[in-house]
Amino acid sequence: MAMVINEEQQMLKESAQGFLAEFAPVSELRKLRDEGSATGYNADLWRQMVDMGWAAILVPEAYGGLDFGHVGMGQIIEQTGRTLTASPLFSTAIIGASLINLAASDAQKFELLTAIAGGELTTALAVDETIHHAPTQISMTAVKQGDSYRLNGEKRFVIDGHSADKLIVAVRTSGNLGDTTGISLLILDRNSAGVEVERTEMVDSRNAAIVRFSDVSVSADNLLGEEGQGFSALSATLDIGNAYLAAEMLGIAQESFDRTLQYLKERKQFGVLIGSFQALQHRAAHWWSEVELCKSVVLKVLQSLDQGDPRSPAMASIAKAKLCEVVELATNEAIQMHGGIGMTDEYEIGFFIKRARPAASLYGDYNYHGDRFALLSGY
Amino acid sequence: MSDLQVFRQETRDWLETNCPQSMRSPVRNADDACWGGRNWTFKSEEQKQWLEHMAARGWTAPSWPAEYGGGGLNKAEAKILKEEMARINARSPLDSFGIWMIGPALLQFGSEELKQQHLPPIVRGEIRWCQGYSEPGAGSDLAGLQCKGEDRGDHFIANGQKVWTSYGDKADWMFCLLRTDPDAKKQMGISLVLFDMTTPGVTPKPIKLISGSSPFCETFLDNVRVEKNQVVGEVNQGWTIAKYLLTHEREMIGSFGLTDAGSDTLGQIAAKTVGVEQGRMNNPLLRADVLKWEIDAAAFALTAERVTDEVKSGQGVGATSAMLKYYGTELNKRRFELMLKIHGSDAMIWDGADSNGGWVPRSWLRTKGNSIEGGTSEVQLNIIAKNILGLG
Repeated sequence: MAMVINEEQQMLKESAQGFLAEFAPVSELRKLRDEGSATGYNADLWRQMVDMGWAAILVPEAYGGLDFGHVGMGQIIEQTGRTLTASPLFSTAIIGASLINLAASDAQKFELLTAIAGGELTTALAVDETIHHAPTQISMTAVKQGDSYRLNGEKRFVIDGHSADKLIVAVRTSGNLGDTTGISLLILDRNSAGVEVERTEMVDSRNAAIVRFSDVSVSADNLLGEEGQGFSALSATLDIGNAYLAAEMLGIAQESFDRTLQYLKERKQFGVLIGSFQALQHRAAHWWSEVELCKSVVLKVLQSLDQGDPRSPAMASIAKAKLCEVVELATNEAIQMHGGIGMTDEYEIGFFIKRARPAASLYGDYNYHGDRFALLSGY
Repeated sequence: MSDLQVFRQETRDWLETNCPQSMRSPVRNADDACWGGRNWTFKSEEQKQWLEHMAARGWTAPSWPAEYGGGGLNKAEAKILKEEMARINARSPLDSFGIWMIGPALLQFGSEELKQQHLPPIVRGEIRWCQGYSEPGAGSDLAGLQCKGEDRGDHFIANGQKVWTSYGDKADWMFCLLRTDPDAKKQMGISLVLFDMTTPGVTPKPIKLISGSSPFCETFLDNVRVEKNQVVGEVNQGWTIAKYLLTHEREMIGSFGLTDAGSDTLGQIAAKTVGVEQGRMNNPLLRADVLKWEIDAAAFALTAERVTDEVKSGQGVGATSAMLKYYGTELNKRRFELMLKIHGSDAMIWDGADSNGGWVPRSWLRTKGNSIEGGTSEVQLNIIAKNILGLG
């Protein structure tokens, strides 16, 4: 498959670019932060995204979706990296929709996916329990009692955990810590009895929570897929999530590059533009080259997902690892080349480095994905 | 079946009949490849057959026009040929600076006469070419070259010294940059000329490298007669063609960063050599370096693919050859530094059958030149900064 985006995808990219630049620029994230927004996102903006069909892109047509594919959705997410737009798009329309589509029964899909596509339902995935991503290290328990499960445990770094309507929780119904079998997926209302949500204020001013479960009762009807067999859908969903995090980080790396390049062409010291200094030119040229490589891995992983390529897991880890590395370079260089003004809260470049690290950390950082890529390659 | 499907089937059948078995494996090193030329000694009868069969169809230069001996294939057909060759692991029948460099320049800038004279022998592998660009005083600053061509009416008399002439001692003809107008601004007084290496006054002398091999020569020009009808393009307008050729060269060297299909990846070599326990390589620090390299190599290969596809579809900046050259050669240097770490003390063995003639240390040393030849990494970064990023 040719490594280019088609006309329809290009149009979506441009319309997303225009829309986000107008309605959700970086200044909107600052506003949400400074106002101490309860949800961490703008509900009107989310409504507009839903009206444009963005929540329906990954939903199959049978459930009221557009089935437009990952390459298309990736163009939008890349643009949200440029504007640092906060919204439920990632945790609901990508993670929630993908996991439900992969794991749920037809009846569940009909109910849940239709609601997601229509913007009537937001979801949050609760998977990690440790400070480093480890999707098999699940100790949170769900014990079957009659027609329901009793849940006990704690989840961390739950994106949108404080605002989503429903939580999708990876729990252990059998087996030991580290086993892939014995992991089950349950979906429940966030405001179920026994669920305690602690909103964590994050460095990126976005939305995450620690969620504690004390004897929470969930009907067995809310099991997604077979009991104990949830890991493969979970793992495939995490691959999808990592592909989009890579796409978002590509947007961050490009936007911080573009802004820095502009600054190199404006800022004068010693009577000349600082962009005339070879020391900075070479670093900028290297940075640009790295971003070119990032464009390729992001497009490739999105294409792999659309084609159901069996190498998608390895490709997801390649893309995530590469973007983790380059977004770190990009945001560090952005601050350094901006000099003192880059350290000020008033200037926007700092927002990019603050979003870059949580995006890199979520669902596995460079070390996690480098290790995983090597394991998948047989070493 | 569509025309292309028919072409694919015919190509597949033809290759099956005409590609000798021993030519269905990757070239191991530069000595194993077929370079052709007047003085060429074929390494085997099969190497000779393979060249002759392919040359007869013009498939040593598949997309050149048939009137100059080329295959006359369109882009889609050329791609199919490439894929079908890769399918059976067929090696290139001919490695040639004629096909890679001066041929494309002649097709774009040369007179009808020059094309008729030079292209068919290139396709047939009868004439081997070398490049006379760099001089002792003109490396990164190539436009500062001083080799002069004095105008004598119907010919020039060339004097001076060229250096880093690849296979200058084995080549039959040279394409060479000469300063033909000493008074013009430096880029404006240069001509690209062609001459036979047996012309009196041409003396190539091999240079031994730190790797022990001698792929390069210094070439002395002492009152060499160059006919005016052997000037490519206009007199004193050679710099444009030189830059075009440098772009070609960058693309070629940039592909050094790509692992050959069919051979072991660095990760596989490392795993076999140091061992794997419970899925992970025994040496964790080496493993970390190797996997980082593999990720970068995968990203680079995809980038080369993407850039090609973008150019085909009319997207992209098109000026990315400097980036590919820069990244590919740095990647190749990293690969061989890791090869040293993987092979430990064995990698220090310079000679002998067990070490495949010291292949690892010699290749490692040779890669140090990758980021110098064809424009240094620093020059590539300058090109990116100025031409793509607009930094003055």
